[in-house]
Amino acid sequence: MNQQIIQEDDIRREEEFNARIAAGKTIEPKDWMPERYRRQLLRMMSQHAHSEVVGMLPEGNWLTRAPSLMRKAVLLAKIQDEAGHGLYIYSGAETLGTDRSEMIDQLLSGKAKYSSIFNYPTLNWADMGAIGWLVDGAAIVNQTVLAKCSYGPYARAMVRICKEENFHNKQGYQIMAVLMRGTKAQQEMAQDAMNRWWWPSLMMFGPPDKDSPNSGDLMRWKVKLQSNDDLRQRFIDRTVPQAEAIGLRIPDDKLKWNPQTRHYEFGEINWEEFNNVIRGNGPCNKLRLKQRRDAHAEGNWVREAAAAYAAKHARA
Amino acid sequence: MSNQHQWPAWEVFTQKTDGEAHEHAGNVHAPDAEMALLNARDVYGRRQEAVNIWVVPSSAITASTPDDVGPFFDPANDKMYRWPNYFKTPDGIKQI
Ligand SMILES: [Fe+2]
Ligand SMILES: [Fe+2]
Repeated sequence: MNQQIIQEDDIRREEEFNARIAAGKTIEPKDWMPERYRRQLLRMMSQHAHSEVVGMLPEGNWLTRAPSLMRKAVLLAKIQDEAGHGLYIYSGAETLGTDRSEMIDQLLSGKAKYSSIFNYPTLNWADMGAIGWLVDGAAIVNQTVLAKCSYGPYARAMVRICKEENFHNKQGYQIMAVLMRGTKAQQEMAQDAMNRWWWPSLMMFGPPDKDSPNSGDLMRWKVKLQSNDDLRQRFIDRTVPQAEAIGLRIPDDKLKWNPQTRHYEFGEINWEEFNNVIRGNGPCNKLRLKQRRDAHAEGNWVREAAAAYAAKHARA
Repeated sequence: MSNQHQWPAWEVFTQKTDGEAHEHAGNVHAPDAEMALLNARDVYGRRQEAVNIWVVPSSAITASTPDDVGPFFDPANDKMYRWPNYFKTPDGIKQI
């Protein structure tokens, strides 16, 4: 009997919740929400936060080798922003009832996922340009839409992040533009980076809509407002002219403008590669996890010192 | 693996320019108020967003709940006369 009342209560609450979503209302941490909404959102937000944190590693690789002091300062500021992005999203995710330390444990133990793009190596300086321009460019397309999602803390974190991403995007594009105005070797370096980062950037939007298992729920709850394929198309449409403007070739023979649809058509994405990287067999999966674990372990004395200092002053 | 429990959370309020009210910016984790201020500066003030920062232990905040949003704010709902445009002014008056 009691069980039945509780169930009916949940059904009524879920109907109210769906009505609020349909009306475009924002869900806040203390609002009732279906358990699946909480779980899916927590999964998505923690993966997003992990991606910001792991995303610092491929770029950190070039901090000591940036070609000038100015480039070094800019790259450092960009990477510091990414640490901030991780913090904003972790604190948003904590409102769903999981401690940040727990999420970080899941990352360090290898249980949690992060964006597979960061499992590719950064081989030359132009990769810093390609990452800022393409990877952060793809992130902007994604995050601009997420800034209107139904969960308040996530949406607000995205608004803050989007303001900073434009800097990341522009500094990357400028690196590429300068290389393309340079010597033949510099131009080739830029094109090589383009060739390696283009396809993985397209994969950042996730599997095609027909094979995207979690999309249905997330779209219904307005956590996702546009499908993977739509976002990917939007990224391609805005990025191709930018490449052409500085003389970079898109490594896709099938790419062509369709004046009827007013969109670019493009070639087949290698989803086998994508799935393989997700399964842990990308070029740098093991290295990234090791780097992250080492950084965490090496920072331990700082955390211990801060805690000891706080404890000492709490006693005084 | 993080071999420690989590530091407490602090809510961060930033004042954008001199003379303005402090606004909620977000939160940080820190072992004490002093570190919370430094973390808040690094996370919420990297682009001159603040001339002054407050940090408050998150646990010290008491909030109204969304469940009683109706009854809780009810006293304000039937007092439209608290707005000046509730009152019609006679025709011909230019300014009041
Ligand atoms: Fe970011
Ligand atoms: Fe970024």
